[in-house]
Amino acid sequence: MRPVIPYVTAALLFGLGVYGVLRRRNAVLVLMSVELMLNAVNLILITADTTVRAALPQTGQVFALFVIVIAAAEVGVGLAIVLQLYRLRATVAVDDVPLEKVDA
Amino acid sequence: MTAADVLLLGLGAVAVGSGLLVVTTRHLVRAGLYLVVCLGAVAGLYLVLTAELVAWVQVLIYVGAVVVLLLFAVMLTRAPIGASDDLDRPGWPALLVGGGAGLGLAALLVDAFRWTKVDLPEAGTAERLGTEIFRSWVLPFEVLSVLLLAALVGAIVVSRPDIGTRE
Repeated sequence: MRPVIPYVTAALLFGLGVYGVLRRRNAVLVLMSVELMLNAVNLILITADTTVRAALPQTGQVFALFVIVIAAAEVGVGLAIVLQLYRLRATVAVDDVPLEKVDA
Repeated sequence: MTAADVLLLGLGAVAVGSGLLVVTTRHLVRAGLYLVVCLGAVAGLYLVLTAELVAWVQVLIYVGAVVVLLLFAVMLTRAPIGASDDLDRPGWPALLVGGGAGLGLAALLVDAFRWTKVDLPEAGTAERLGTEIFRSWVLPFEVLSVLLLAALVGAIVVSRPDIGTRE
């Protein structure tokens, strides 16, 4: 197994996620790009776990599980915020969000 | 090139290709469906890298729950069906930062690992991972359960504007 293949895949996925977060206006698409970045990090963790002989085996996989749980929590709260924004402003474009105080 | 290498290359190409479509397509719903393909290919990569349990958790939580949540959000925000032109903002800075991050990291990792070869370890089955979690990582595990509860309560409070307002 050549570890460089999954490592480069993960690096390219992370770059795509960064590009999506900066490029997209729709908040739901921004969340999708964040998921791409989190997956790239998980892939790095898993690959490092299989290639590096650590003192504690399988630690990378345990960390990947933790990151998946955190991502689930993140997407839940994020979507609640996006839906609330849509209810208040009738838009989900992130550059239409006013930075001054919103009167609910 | 062994069979594992060929599988890794193929699945990696699928993951990066569908990831590219996620960030470039002009159809909101299709972005969600390409995300399913991308996450499924990453789950396949986990399987080749002997992380069995993480691969199935990925399929269950990401492809199952997270994508369904995202598609619910697409539906509830009355996203346009079909192509729409206002999804993107002008993209040179994004291309610069994203491409720089991706290609820079890729160059760094290629330089670090070259074309070396590693033997795959024993599979990360549920039994091994469970032993490892409950032997070495019990406290983070419990903290994560509290985090999930807090996120659940937080999501409910955020989406119910009548909670916490004084009449």
